[in-house]
Amino acid sequence: MSTIGLATRPRRAAASTLGLVLAAACLIGLAGCAADSDSGPDTSAAGSSPASATTGSSANFRDVAQIQADGTIRIGVFSDKAPFGSVDAQGDYVGYDIEYGNRIGQDLGVEVEYVPVEAASRVSFLETGKVDLILANFTVTAERAEKVDFLKPYMKVALGVASPESAPITDVAQLAGQKIIVVKGTTAETYLASQYPDYDVIKYDQYTEATSALLDGRGDAWVTDNTEALAWTTQNPGFVTGIASLGPADTIAGAVQKGNTDLAAWLNNELVDLGKEDFFHQDYELTLKSVYGDVVSPDELVVEGGQV
Amino acid sequence: MPASGIEVLFEGRNLVRLLGGLWTSLWIALSAMAVSVVLGLPMGVLMTSRHRLVKLVLRIYLEAIRVLPQLVLLFVFYFDLTLVTGVNLSGELAALIVFALWGTAEMGDLVRGAISAIPRHQYQSAAALGLRPTQVQFHVVLPQSARRLLPLAVNLVTRMIKTTSLIVLIGVVEVLKVGQQIIDRNRFDFPDAALWVYATIFLLYFLVCFPISRLAQALERKLDL
Repeated sequence: MSTIGLATRPRRAAASTLGLVLAAACLIGLAGCAADSDSGPDTSAAGSSPASATTGSSANFRDVAQIQADGTIRIGVFSDKAPFGSVDAQGDYVGYDIEYGNRIGQDLGVEVEYVPVEAASRVSFLETGKVDLILANFTVTAERAEKVDFLKPYMKVALGVASPESAPITDVAQLAGQKIIVVKGTTAETYLASQYPDYDVIKYDQYTEATSALLDGRGDAWVTDNTEALAWTTQNPGFVTGIASLGPADTIAGAVQKGNTDLAAWLNNELVDLGKEDFFHQDYELTLKSVYGDVVSPDELVVEGGQV
Repeated sequence: MPASGIEVLFEGRNLVRLLGGLWTSLWIALSAMAVSVVLGLPMGVLMTSRHRLVKLVLRIYLEAIRVLPQLVLLFVFYFDLTLVTGVNLSGELAALIVFALWGTAEMGDLVRGAISAIPRHQYQSAAALGLRPTQVQFHVVLPQSARRLLPLAVNLVTRMIKTTSLIVLIGVVEVLKVGQQIIDRNRFDFPDAALWVYATIFLLYFLVCFPISRLAQALERKLDL
């Protein structure tokens, strides 16, 4: 082609033009054929929204009727966050969030397709309509609520305080004068700093450092997420979670794409109905109890019917 | 009961799942590499062009792909493309496109380098023998470039296979993610399983990449004669 200096002048010009065209094709070609080959079987999200033509990019969700017509709901879940969402040795999804998802699929009369998501990509999966619903231990925050529509909550989390059984801390006032362990960057650190600035707080970078500090007595109590505290004290004899909910409670809820009011309404109704049969208490028994043990009543974590 | 955690590997379908994850990594990396070779060869030849605009366009393409982390490219093709155009690619297809774009750019640069390394007198001798420009390319320049190219291309393949560990972020479960799922699943009962699972993944990567390197060495010897 145009590489060769021995070519005659007109031929080189022709070859160069050809080269230009080829180069452009290299760049555009891939993107182009990618767009064409999109219309695969499970990409109904892009085309099937009634709103997509008018509002352009963002609205590409499926409402309840479309999900039922397609016969499958796509739910984004964690695949490596036991006991909320994980994959068992058979390759099946299991966990607290999965039980909920299975029930939604059952009541909608559709198959459930679980899509593994990471914490950081949960919002993107919803915004792009790649999943209809996120059930991935999704904490409700004002910032996230600007981008997705949260449903009514099905779980709550707060801070918890783990301490030795021999010197249990059961009230936040008991923490005064004690060495309190926290992990840097957690809500526990900010909560204590704002509410109890004069408490004696020791900060560690990692969870393992914090737990070993509590184990060898460098600290008297460890303040962390209550799920964390409960799970850890269940596995470590000699320690108890004396306070299972401290500070402002955050809620965990499912989320749908912004504006998918039809699906949100259906799911919120479903959640209220599930509350009547204590669904999430059964879910707790099935999936969380083995981790959190008997030290705490399910009511500390479980929310029924969206009523916190 | 001292639980070493190695039993976790043989529980249920765990080994099959790991191999399935490895296959996902492999077919994406190898398909992307096939595309990269097919498109990278003409791109490399064009990069040695004297036409300024061609060189400029290809240079911009190469540098753009190099500057952007693969993860950003994956997000652009998986999420942003859908947001902006409504085109909804599957995670696998998005990954394949990104790896092919990356591979084509790298491969093109390797080809360019290999061709540039062919001494000037090779062209002149070939022309003196009466070969036409295309014949010079196909019979003189490209065969010699291929030999220089081979080890570099193989290096690119193994890099691609290892970089597939990123695609889990767009929802494609590959071997490393399967491993993390197994580790997490056994976090409470077998905390030491992580060591065995990661060792297995290490072995799997090795078993795949080592034969590829050996094949390349064998080919090099054969081409060298």
